[in-house]
Amino acid sequence: MKKTAVSFTLNNEQVDVLVEPRELLIHTLREKLSLTGSHIGCETSHCGACTVDMDGISVKSCTILAVQANGSELMTVEGLASDDGLHAVQEGFMQEHGLQCGFCTPGMLMRSYRFLQENPNPTEEEIRVGLSGNLCRCTGYQNIVKSVQYAAEKLQAKEEG
Amino acid sequence: MIPEQFEYFAPSTIDEVLKLMVENDEAKILAGGHSLLPMMKLRFAEATHLIDINGVEALKGISDKGDHILIGAMTTESELIVSELLQQKCPLIPEAAKLIADPQVRNRGTIGGDIAHGDPGNDHPSIMMALDAIFVLQSPDGERTVPANSFFLGTYWTELGENEILKEIQVPVAKPNSGYAYTKLKRKTGDFATAATAVILTLDGDTCSSISIVMTNVGPTALKAEEAENLLAGKVIDESLIEEAAEKAMSICDPAEDLRGDVEYKTHMAGEMTRRAIRIALQRAKGEI
Repeated sequence: MKKTAVSFTLNNEQVDVLVEPRELLIHTLREKLSLTGSHIGCETSHCGACTVDMDGISVKSCTILAVQANGSELMTVEGLASDDGLHAVQEGFMQEHGLQCGFCTPGMLMRSYRFLQENPNPTEEEIRVGLSGNLCRCTGYQNIVKSVQYAAEKLQAKEEG
Repeated sequence: MIPEQFEYFAPSTIDEVLKLMVENDEAKILAGGHSLLPMMKLRFAEATHLIDINGVEALKGISDKGDHILIGAMTTESELIVSELLQQKCPLIPEAAKLIADPQVRNRGTIGGDIAHGDPGNDHPSIMMALDAIFVLQSPDGERTVPANSFFLGTYWTELGENEILKEIQVPVAKPNSGYAYTKLKRKTGDFATAATAVILTLDGDTCSSISIVMTNVGPTALKAEEAENLLAGKVIDESLIEEAAEKAMSICDPAEDLRGDVEYKTHMAGEMTRRAIRIALQRAKGEI
């Protein structure tokens, strides 16, 4: 099958890549672009381990074709930290023990990153509902809620300067 | 996980979409992709050509047309939820959309795709039937409209013809003194319903002047409980009438037995969801909640 040239911005860098139409975005990210933070935990679009940020929304990259990302702005977990250090969600997950095996963590972080922009001051229930597209086998979610609360507070404090 | 090979097109106008459909017999329309791609990844569905309609701006957006609201088929579930217009004028849709899938899926999945898929497990078919929505279908021969109540023919089978796409959905604005509810029983967030019921009713004083009751996932398509509706319309609804209506609704259920339960369980849950939905809609119509 003829390959198609696809271009997008990935973690603030311009990327050009040749893909088959049937290639899933998660495979392009992991196998062609070597960004192996995003993971694959299922084949039925449930687990959210492949969650990335695409044009300002959280998407499951196992259920999007790489050709559909043409022209888009993508961000993966590798793009979260900046010169200032870890992003607030990364720090929150570390401080509050929001991860054990770490397999769901990149997807959880990318969803939390976007969720806190959608809802900067969420209740516990809103956090649980907001992260309901992401499964975790290790933590029982309790510390993930605390991690997101930590990040929310940190981001709010930063906002207030 | 790995879909079969296909050729990919990304047209930007409805005319181009229709032309590509005519030229490619085995083509499938790719909307949000959250039913089609999962089926292709499991090789339940194969398409020689995929026509991606995400770039067709004419299929997007929610607009106020006075007595009805026009929703573009490519409007995502997330966009339905945050729409102030819908929250004010047709609150059943955003409320029910929150019960569909999860945040990531709702960012991609569209109302048109949910309807066109024709899966009895999907929620929009019941909601659209309860609302008496009208679907606008477009083919190379022109446009036609089909009421939601005659659109769903069987499992994965709808009125959509060959070379025809669902373009937009017209939903009536909620009437004064009306109430609504969508009650959904599910095993967990993001699952399809074990059973669910959509209800819209309007009151004239204490009397129910009109009511629609439609059930999800307890038959090969969404099921309109007409006998239950006829029983309640024109009456002052009380608990014993709700019970009778639930019995009538249960009598038309024909659920498939699967991991969500057997026929008896699902039928009883459809009855219970119907009781709850009528009660909530009634309370809302009376302004009690």
